[in-house]
Amino acid sequence: MKTIIRVDHVSKRYRIGLVRQRYQTLSGKITEALKAPLQSIRRAQEPKTDAEDTIWALRDISFDVPEGQVLGIIGRNGAGKSTLLKVLARITEPTEGTITIQGRVGSLLEVGTGFHPELTGRENIYLNGAILGMKRREIESKFDEIIEFSEIEKFIDTPVKRYSSGMYLRLAFAVAAHLEPEILVVDEVLAVGDAEFQKKCLGKMSAVAQQGRTVLFVSHNMSAILRLTQESIVLQKGRLALRAPSAEAVDYYLSAGNPKAGERTWESDEVPASAAPFRPVALRLRDSRHKIVDTVRSTEAFIVELEYCLEAPVTGLRVGLYLNTSRAESVFTSFDTDDPGLFEEHTSRPAGCYLSQCTVPADTLNAGRYALGLNASSFQIRRYFEDEEALNFNVDATGAPGTHWPEQRSGVVRPRLQWKIASLK
Amino acid sequence: MPRRTDTRLDQNAITIRATHGWNSLNLKDLWQYRELLYFMIWRDIKVRYKQAFLGIAWAVLLPVVNIVVFTFVFGNLLGQNKTVPNYPLLSAVGLLPWGLFAGALQRCSHSLVGNTNLITKVYFPRLIIPVSSVMSGLVDFGISFLVVLVLMLYSRIPLGWNMLWLLPLTLLVVLTSLAVGLWLSALNVQYRDIQHIVPVLITTWMYASPVAYSADLVTGRILRIVYGLNPMAGVIQGFRWAVMGGNPPGELFIVSIIMVVLLFVSGLYYFRRMERTFADTI
Repeated sequence: MKTIIRVDHVSKRYRIGLVRQRYQTLSGKITEALKAPLQSIRRAQEPKTDAEDTIWALRDISFDVPEGQVLGIIGRNGAGKSTLLKVLARITEPTEGTITIQGRVGSLLEVGTGFHPELTGRENIYLNGAILGMKRREIESKFDEIIEFSEIEKFIDTPVKRYSSGMYLRLAFAVAAHLEPEILVVDEVLAVGDAEFQKKCLGKMSAVAQQGRTVLFVSHNMSAILRLTQESIVLQKGRLALRAPSAEAVDYYLSAGNPKAGERTWESDEVPASAAPFRPVALRLRDSRHKIVDTVRSTEAFIVELEYCLEAPVTGLRVGLYLNTSRAESVFTSFDTDDPGLFEEHTSRPAGCYLSQCTVPADTLNAGRYALGLNASSFQIRRYFEDEEALNFNVDATGAPGTHWPEQRSGVVRPRLQWKIASLK
Repeated sequence: MPRRTDTRLDQNAITIRATHGWNSLNLKDLWQYRELLYFMIWRDIKVRYKQAFLGIAWAVLLPVVNIVVFTFVFGNLLGQNKTVPNYPLLSAVGLLPWGLFAGALQRCSHSLVGNTNLITKVYFPRLIIPVSSVMSGLVDFGISFLVVLVLMLYSRIPLGWNMLWLLPLTLLVVLTSLAVGLWLSALNVQYRDIQHIVPVLITTWMYASPVAYSADLVTGRILRIVYGLNPMAGVIQGFRWAVMGGNPPGELFIVSIIMVVLLFVSGLYYFRRMERTFADTI
């Protein structure tokens, strides 16, 4: 079988300065140079050896993709998945190594890129098509198809700023879906939109795969990976940890190969000085068998635990959780001292390390992706530390109420309600 | 979906690796994306006058207002009307290339940052962005030119063959705008100071160019050569000569052209060198 993508010893280095503060200002650069003239001269002379200022987002990655394969790419946040896609899509250059691609790379993460609110639907189809690399003839020949797919014929000559967000997304997706690239990249992690839209993306993806084209599929949703891909690669801290049949790769990612999934730890340099004396150590998600996991079942209780240290005694401390959906809707907020009795008992906590645990009962959450946030504060006195998205996890609804109907259930919670059915005469 | 043959695929093969120096110029790529350039210019023009009550009339109004103000301030108050035979036309012809240049600089310096979402999400030759922002000024330029023509007819100045020089001269203005614009747009990605500097730069540059006055006011061989270091000086003088006759630009012009070439080549080099980090820095 023909090799359509060849990735050969690819590395990508970012300067941390760039990552942290993005763009600089001239005055900042000048004061920096004045403060440490020797240092900046040295840096200018040997930029490559300055290892402290750089991180390797990708390190020595090599793999081939044969034509027609659907390859899964998995790894936790920061493992380099997005960087790899960006390099493949030629948005940013690799620092080292070579990639050879036979054909056009299209991606469903570019949906709506370059849409201009002042332009009409018709005008945006042409503009967006050109941005995605379509020739004008190609756009013209698919124009009617695109309009039909998007279901917005009536508004085709209305500026898109007057569209509802649903119409906007449908039109944008219609253009991207008709690009027909040799290689399709789907980044579910970055995919926006509602569940139905995401389903549409996945549907398009299977259709593309069935036509014998090549697909790279990035997802945190292991069941989607298992369903849609035959083989996957696992990225870990920028390195390629494993390439294996997807079942094996998912196992590796979920268990020994990736203990980090389902756990967020803080190095001391990641905690701002303002948090003292509070210092977060770890936030973990455990299933009912106390195993650290990043996917929990809706039908089973799960445990969230916070490990933290106090460098000095703290009075009135409450450590707690935010649980949000991936669309940043709040599900609940809960503190370890919500119970008046516990609050009384732990009003002043001496210096030392602690573990606060709570159990979220079974039949609480609907299927989907959620984010756990961490908050440590003393009510009306001080907030020590806050991280609104410390840990992401998935909820699998297998076996939950109503799953014998294969349909998407709306709603954040999926409670097991006691129904009674009586016949009335 | 018919399967493509292997040879076709081989032809389309893309190699991605770190680029160095001029290797990254990649003109072939630019040619393949020429339709995108056309669409981007079209977008810029279309969007500029959408939802403006007066629409494209602004393109007529602005040069006319400028000419009236210049004629009143410099012509009447500062007495240029007495020394210059046709000051309104002189200022109109000066404002014609200047308007193209100043507008291009303004749009160009902001162009990359204004298209952040494109740069961080899709691949295409980044040069298209500044180039289209410069070229989209040509419509306004054409309309300003009509205003100049009307003034010429009104002043009974005959249309001469010399006016054909306006074509290469306009090309030179575009090249000058692009040369400076490439520098500013790429610098603005890294240093947002540029967006504060540009308005000051444009104002200062205007007074350093013979927009409101005739370049003949600058006398002395050495001084004229120094004056020519401002590429717009030679260009504007060229415009005046082509429309109104008088002194050909001479040495002023040659120095200006050398400056444009230097600025353009260095600007292109700088842009290409920075291009590979745009998506990471912007």
